[in-house]
Amino acid sequence: MLTKRIIACLDVRDGQVVKGVQFQQLRHAGDPGELARRYNVEGIDEVVVLDITATLESRQALARTINAVAQEIFLPLTVGGGIRSEDDAAAAIDAGADKVSLNTAALRGPELITTLARRYGSQAVIVAIDAKRQGDGFGVFVRSGTTDAARDAVEWARQAESRGAGEILLTSMDRDGTKAGFDCEMTAAVSDAVNIPVIASGGAGTFDHFTDVFTRGRADAALAASIFHYAESSVSDLKRHLRQHGIPVRL
Amino acid sequence: MIALIDYGAGNLTSVRKALTALGADFTVPASTDVCARASGIIVPGVGHFAATAALEGEWLQAIRSAVAGGMPLLGICLGMQWLFDGSDEAPEVRGLGVIHGRIAKLQNDPERRLKVPHVGWNALDFRSSNAPGARTPRLFEDLPSGAQVYFTHSYAAPVTDECVASTAHANTFSSVVERDNVFGVQFHPEKSGSAGLQILRNFLKVQRC
Repeated sequence: MLTKRIIACLDVRDGQVVKGVQFQQLRHAGDPGELARRYNVEGIDEVVVLDITATLESRQALARTINAVAQEIFLPLTVGGGIRSEDDAAAAIDAGADKVSLNTAALRGPELITTLARRYGSQAVIVAIDAKRQGDGFGVFVRSGTTDAARDAVEWARQAESRGAGEILLTSMDRDGTKAGFDCEMTAAVSDAVNIPVIASGGAGTFDHFTDVFTRGRADAALAASIFHYAESSVSDLKRHLRQHGIPVRL
Repeated sequence: MIALIDYGAGNLTSVRKALTALGADFTVPASTDVCARASGIIVPGVGHFAATAALEGEWLQAIRSAVAGGMPLLGICLGMQWLFDGSDEAPEVRGLGVIHGRIAKLQNDPERRLKVPHVGWNALDFRSSNAPGARTPRLFEDLPSGAQVYFTHSYAAPVTDECVASTAHANTFSSVVERDNVFGVQFHPEKSGSAGLQILRNFLKVQRC
């Protein structure tokens, strides 16, 4: 049986892992290679490296970071943050990424999804959606959450799938870094609307939050950062908890 | 020396990195004549079956004749699918045809929430043979049945006589095949942690001295 995946996210700025609350107040969380090594030993299923500054100067630092992480783990590695063109994606994949995560650039020009899916296969293309509750629905935000894209998250996820995306990484901006739990309603709404896997992100604080997002939220995978970085909880303890609660995981 | 074939289909960097970590002696040949002199051949790959069109002609001939001479061959993901006659994903492209059968699209099952692509960690169910004197398939040395490995694919091989491990999704498919000196794995051993590295190590043991 296909297991539910636990994914660790490394938000990287200038070669170091940082973590904020609701996309603000960044604090230092460690060296990317070291964190990746620890998570691998603990049984993480996948690692995502997000370049959260993505300036031109940080580009070369990013390639070094991808390389450093790829040396440590033999697990799927996704790279995102500032991937705007086919060349940016090729650079990340050449440095050792298996998948790229597109956000702002995909909304601005969805044909980039198709271009990359044709070149690398859909399995290599993740569309990341940062969304907030707006009335009864869920609104999409871009540019690291600073700009309202005036799009509905469910509708955009469907379109991303039809353009060739292989997975959706759905982040609740309301919950990001708060440890208040995943937004299960939003995750279920998107998961029901598409046939590709949905990775839930934003809000992980306790082990029960993961159980919730895999049951009520109908997520295929869950991504977290803070809960793992500061060694508050280990990945292996989380997975044992999930298995006890009937969620299939790799142990 | 292992010949790792580059035909522009994706995961070459990861496979190269895993082989390096295992201390394997390998090369990414620029010309087909290396195939005849290698100790084994690995055909990696990920993505669309149409990408294997780059192997048609010279490479296909060189690999086919090396394999006919007993050269160990490992196909990974798309590389495994290429061992078969062809695929519904790109019917115009011929496979190597050393294992008979056709690659078909995986089924989904919305009611059980089983999606396609099949992405993530799933179990290898070894198909034990009851035949007297049956041996453990060579790729499974020091690996338990039920080992979890990482998959990402939408098409898969049917369960045929060559199937030594199957995996269950909405339908059950061949996740590992073995026939004489030819091996194929539908998952990504280079991305499957310690279980994946063990399978690569087992293939390295099969290579010719």
